[in-house]
Amino acid sequence: MTSIIERGAATRPIVPPPARKPGFFGSSTGQKAVMAVTGAVLVLFLAGHMAGNLKTFAGATAFNEYAAWLREVGYPALPKRAVLTLVEVVLVAAVGLHLWSAVALARRAARARPVRYARRRRSQAGGYVVHIMRWGGLTIALFVIYHLLDLTFGVANPAGPAATPYARVVAGFQHWYVTLVYTLAVVMVGLHLRHGLWSAFQTLGLGRHRKALQAGAVLVSAGLVAGFLSVPYAVLIGVVR
Amino acid sequence: MNLTLKIWRQHDAAKSGQMVTYHVEEVSPDMSFLEMLDVLNERLILDGDDPVAFDHDCREGICGMCGLVINGVAHGESRATTTCQLHMRQFSDGDVITVEPWRAAPFPVIKDLVVDRSAFDRIIQAGGFISVPAGSAPDAHAVPVKKEDADAAFDAATCIGCGACVAACPNGSASLFTAAKITHLGLLPQGQPERAVRAKAMVEQMDLEGFGGCTNTGECTAVCPKGIPLDTIARMNADFLGRRG
Ligand code: HEM
Ligand code: FES
Repeated sequence: MTSIIERGAATRPIVPPPARKPGFFGSSTGQKAVMAVTGAVLVLFLAGHMAGNLKTFAGATAFNEYAAWLREVGYPALPKRAVLTLVEVVLVAAVGLHLWSAVALARRAARARPVRYARRRRSQAGGYVVHIMRWGGLTIALFVIYHLLDLTFGVANPAGPAATPYARVVAGFQHWYVTLVYTLAVVMVGLHLRHGLWSAFQTLGLGRHRKALQAGAVLVSAGLVAGFLSVPYAVLIGVVR
Repeated sequence: MNLTLKIWRQHDAAKSGQMVTYHVEEVSPDMSFLEMLDVLNERLILDGDDPVAFDHDCREGICGMCGLVINGVAHGESRATTTCQLHMRQFSDGDVITVEPWRAAPFPVIKDLVVDRSAFDRIIQAGGFISVPAGSAPDAHAVPVKKEDADAAFDAATCIGCGACVAACPNGSASLFTAAKITHLGLLPQGQPERAVRAKAMVEQMDLEGFGGCTNTGECTAVCPKGIPLDTIARMNADFLGRRG
């Protein structure tokens, strides 16, 4: 004899089921995966960017040639700027999706806790993570705009748009306040990645060796920060001029 | 010792609440936190006042009913313990202690410090089970399970569903709870056939209930009375994304 047990709902749902299933991009885990993948794209770009910056130490000619080469990678097989434009499109898309996911998750969090604790919730873990990621991320975005105006378009640069890339670098970082702004921003990127790098592995379900990943994230972030800051400080103390 | 308590009082789900200050005298350091609240309630009842409502059942850290945010920390500051296992010797004479309910939209306050956690039941109903006619218990060695897997599955299965993870999470996420069940079943042979479907269904229900998304802050594991590790969430994400491993 067999008996069938009905699996009924023991509790009444408070939220009525939605008319349409939220799907991958409507789910918290899916949105977080978008953040992890776009974050990884941006990190790869940063690594390349940092390595390229070190060309400054090879002198003005080498650096200016490198900057010109970036505009014509693959030429004449590909049109000039083809590769660069592709990279730009991917980067803009990555930043856009990363931001979308950050906003979606922050809104979810706000809805999930409408009443705050009277006694400030005391962090039992890292603590700084949420602020560094959300507000720190926005700081980075604002910095990127300034950075483009400064060294890409040259309009916010003391040497101006007509100067060579190398001349712009040297003209900017001679001023302590320019170097200071870059320092703050780069350190913020480092803090973002200190959590973000291992977090991305965890989000994509690759985070089984947490301690090792966290240590690796600290190392890679520190390496990026040191690499990015080496050029501004070399200019500031007059090693590069 | 003598203590000042600031306790969230709320008549029912419909009314709004506020923090109310009480003084409790001659508290023994050997009392548990709940016993200290019992002392307060006895006095409130004698005075003809409404006693403070709080959840509890086993009072030995296994049922998961008790759960209070004490001085801003879920289950109080001592690690790997439930509120019923927290003792007054952790406090000193003259301390001011704030006591609040779990704060999350999917956990509405029923009265004072008691919240409705049926959202957790619905997450389990969405996929936290195995749909096989199990019959009678098989011999323990009928299906071999690796020792590490058995241990990890057992660790995940120790979740008592108290909800401290949600209370502590800055995003109000239920990921640790959901991931514990997904890990428990996903590591065992019986859980394999429904592994991907289970993760999808449970994550979807978790979202529908209105919990926030995980940003790997680690606040949940830190307060979890059973020390469920953060790695369970990585496993939940892998299952959700349809990856095996
Ligand atoms: C547009 C400005 C940005 C904002 C608003 C932003 C915000 C965020 C937020 C809220 C998270 C979630 C972190 C968490 O709590 O787990 C995150 C993760 C991450 N971000 Fe950003 N970020 C920005 C720019 C960047 C940049 C420029 C990079 C690359 C250098 C980057 C790399 C990452 C990585 C790798 C993660 C980890 C993904 C994950 O947690 O799964 N972000 N970001
Ligand atoms: S009352 Fe059962 S766990 Fe605290």
